[in-house]
Amino acid sequence: MKRIITLTVNGEPVEGAVEPNRTLLSFLREDLGLTGAKHGCGLGDCGACTVILDGKPVNSCLVLAVQADGREVLTIEGLADNGKLHPIQEAFIETGAIQCGFCSPGMILSAKALLDESPKPTETEIRTAISGNLCRCTGYQKIVEAILAAAGTAQGKEVS
Amino acid sequence: MSEFRVLNTRAARLDAPAKATGRAKYADDLAMPGMLYGAILQSPLAHAKILNIDTSKARKFPGIRAVVTAKEAGLVKYGVSPARYDETLYAHEKVRYVGDEIAAVAAVDPATAQEALDLIKVDYEELPAVFDMFEAMKEGAPQIHDEFPGNMNAEVHQEFGDTEAALAACDLVVHHTFLNKRQDAAFIEPHACVAVFDLDGKLTLHTSTQVPHYVMRTVAMVLQIPVGNVRVVKPYVGGGFGPKCEATPLEMSAALLARHTGKPVKITYSREQVFLHSRARHQFYAEMSLGVKQDGTMVALKNKAILDGGAYTSFGIATVYYSGSLLGGPYKLKAMKYDGQRVYTNKPACGAQRGHGGVAHRAAFEQLLDMAAEKLGFDPVEMRLRNIMTRGDMTINELDMSSLGMKECVEAVRDVSSWETKKGKLPKGKGIGMACGFFVSGAGYPIYRSDTYHSTVVIKLSEDGGIATVLTGSAEIGQGSDTTMAMIAAETLGIPLENVRVVSGDTDLAVDLGAYSSRQTLMTGHATKEAAEQLRGQIAAVLAETMGCDPSSITFRDGVVLFDGGPGNFEKLRSLYIKEHRGWTDPPGGEYLTFREAARLAYLKLGSMVGTGKYKPPRLGGSYKGAAVGTSPAYGCSAQVVEVTVDLETGQITVDRMTDAHDCGLAINKTQVEGQMHGSLSMGLGECLFEEVKFDSRGRVLNPSLGEYRIPTALDMPNVDTILVESNEPNGPYGAKEVGEGAIMPTIPAILNAVYDATGVRITELPCSSERLYMAMKAQEKK
Repeated sequence: MKRIITLTVNGEPVEGAVEPNRTLLSFLREDLGLTGAKHGCGLGDCGACTVILDGKPVNSCLVLAVQADGREVLTIEGLADNGKLHPIQEAFIETGAIQCGFCSPGMILSAKALLDESPKPTETEIRTAISGNLCRCTGYQKIVEAILAAAGTAQGKEVS
Repeated sequence: MSEFRVLNTRAARLDAPAKATGRAKYADDLAMPGMLYGAILQSPLAHAKILNIDTSKARKFPGIRAVVTAKEAGLVKYGVSPARYDETLYAHEKVRYVGDEIAAVAAVDPATAQEALDLIKVDYEELPAVFDMFEAMKEGAPQIHDEFPGNMNAEVHQEFGDTEAALAACDLVVHHTFLNKRQDAAFIEPHACVAVFDLDGKLTLHTSTQVPHYVMRTVAMVLQIPVGNVRVVKPYVGGGFGPKCEATPLEMSAALLARHTGKPVKITYSREQVFLHSRARHQFYAEMSLGVKQDGTMVALKNKAILDGGAYTSFGIATVYYSGSLLGGPYKLKAMKYDGQRVYTNKPACGAQRGHGGVAHRAAFEQLLDMAAEKLGFDPVEMRLRNIMTRGDMTINELDMSSLGMKECVEAVRDVSSWETKKGKLPKGKGIGMACGFFVSGAGYPIYRSDTYHSTVVIKLSEDGGIATVLTGSAEIGQGSDTTMAMIAAETLGIPLENVRVVSGDTDLAVDLGAYSSRQTLMTGHATKEAAEQLRGQIAAVLAETMGCDPSSITFRDGVVLFDGGPGNFEKLRSLYIKEHRGWTDPPGGEYLTFREAARLAYLKLGSMVGTGKYKPPRLGGSYKGAAVGTSPAYGCSAQVVEVTVDLETGQITVDRMTDAHDCGLAINKTQVEGQMHGSLSMGLGECLFEEVKFDSRGRVLNPSLGEYRIPTALDMPNVDTILVESNEPNGPYGAKEVGEGAIMPTIPAILNAVYDATGVRITELPCSSERLYMAMKAQEKK
């Protein structure tokens, strides 16, 4: 039996009819075509499906679509402002924090949630904030550098 | 100061904006009208005869559009190496591991497909199974493949020089054994694909692969479709690291179901299925003896390997050769003996993974070197420098080190880590260790015997002359190959990087063997450079003809044309262009003729502006059996220093600092080279300290999730001091060679040598968990 949900996604009102066992991830990807949130494990282990729900980063594979009823969701597609990339996106591009890119949407949104909460985080705070977002390509170093740069706290460390 | 305008910079990746905004499409993001969803039935038993398969209930289930088994798929044998084709798409007489594929269904949605799998009734007669490689080799062990008695999948015996005699003449012989654990590649994107047939019977497969070319050939062979009727298109890929280097049952099932239903079919592996498909790092057992002289000269190496291959061959023949051949360097040896055996067990098949075949044996060897150094009273750095190969050296197994900045790498990590102020001077519980390694820049031969080009590239100019598009079959899997090829094309054409586009990973565009053996920078790079040179030559010839000058006096740089190195008197050419360009709002100006003007004029003369390039390596290697594996036009090399803190009460290891130097020939893109180095170290650290795929007593994977199979998080990885050594490889395009895999080689032994330095305990089995280290420290105390 489907239920009607109304929520805000990337600033726009959205209505959907979903089975009670549909995940928010599946609703975003399949019903709304917002495939920026990735399905990496389905168990909340990898963080590739991270979206921001009412200001907090969540694994959207562990949230039911019906739980998002009446709430506000930000996905990676909603982060740029009228085509102008968010400073975190810019920093990820410039720093080389993106390789295969499969973790990047979730990683960037975890970073955004952190910087919204704590605009000048330490490196340890950054590493803790993204510790639920797995990346197999980068070893995390350039991701951490990108987040520091976006926060304006980059150490300006140049490697030869 | 570099003479390059585009190469050797830190240009941002071409695909980064798409990936940062969620626009980049991966295979599971694709959807097509009328698309069906597939699912695969896999064996719950590790070893069993299949007595009967009844699909009648599943076929009648509402929403099911097709059910296929070996009956529909046929029994064409396939695999990676034609010498060991030992798989069929679906098991027909027996299953050989928990996860072996038996049938597939296509349904209107994923849930229906899953439900229908439960309705397929398979009658099994369970057979005794074997899960341990040593048990599998014993007399009377269950036989997994009739054709391979004793479960012996492949054997290698190689000897260079007289090893026994050389060892006998040594002042010191040290011995070591080493056992790693099966690792999973743990890329974050599970395999996915969408297969669709057009009305003329042409198959297009959109799939998450490292090797569109090999997938095309295997799918064509197994499903008996002419190769020309199979097009494989790789969307963005969320990491590969080796296991996506071969055609999968997922791809073939999707294609078969698409053929049976006339609809597009998508299948995506669950994370558990990624573990079951595996094709990742083997378990290796290494037994090694190294003979040295009193003065520290290394003389002879005896190396024995046993590999747990799982139920099928996959890349395994190459793997078991690599475990021997990749110890031929980077130290000079007078004799080397290698005996390798790859054994079948009732577990998912192992294949190629970053540092293919070399990682575990490198770990054993670099520890052995430290053991010898300690006994002789040498510093580990000094011991290595004493034996190191340099540019132009040939290994005893005939690998040509045409460039080799190994010495420079060792010296760099020694200096940057302040090795000399730390080694032997740290308090108990703190340790420092080092290791080296090298890897191929592309396999010297394709995996099937052929004189095929390894890479062909086409570069096309837009009709206005302003944009160059590189068309290549190479596979961007996150390593940055699209950006690399764009940079090579831009440099060669003399245009800015933003004027180059890349379309890649499509078998209809060009031939490319794909992203494995760290080959694309060198091989696709060569083909890209040649295509750009050809195009440049065509433009220069047209300009020269009009100007009445020698084409060799014309060069291209930063998007403009230089005549004899200066702007030249090109009024005639510009007049021609302006006449051609009437009515446009952007008339050309400036004191130089632009590339766009020149390319448009060339188009008016020649028609489509297309340059083509190709590459295959020259004949490489010795004439002994197996000489092909390990050959490459060039070798990258790495040295690392690792510093650790060990909690002596608990065995907990913290990696405090890593210093890594890699010789990549020329860093086409410095940021991307560093990214490969960081990623390699991270994968090596995980394998060393905690990664292990575990099985229960019936052959089921115990930890098939990224929660239970732990890979490094941002809290596990220290920052790495990264040093690029650029040796200028004569066989590489603009002097470039590999970085993607060589950088993982030293990581495990460098950590283990540091752990030894901190604790005095030699670890002989991975992972080096706190528990294992604690037990080893306790055992040492009792001695």
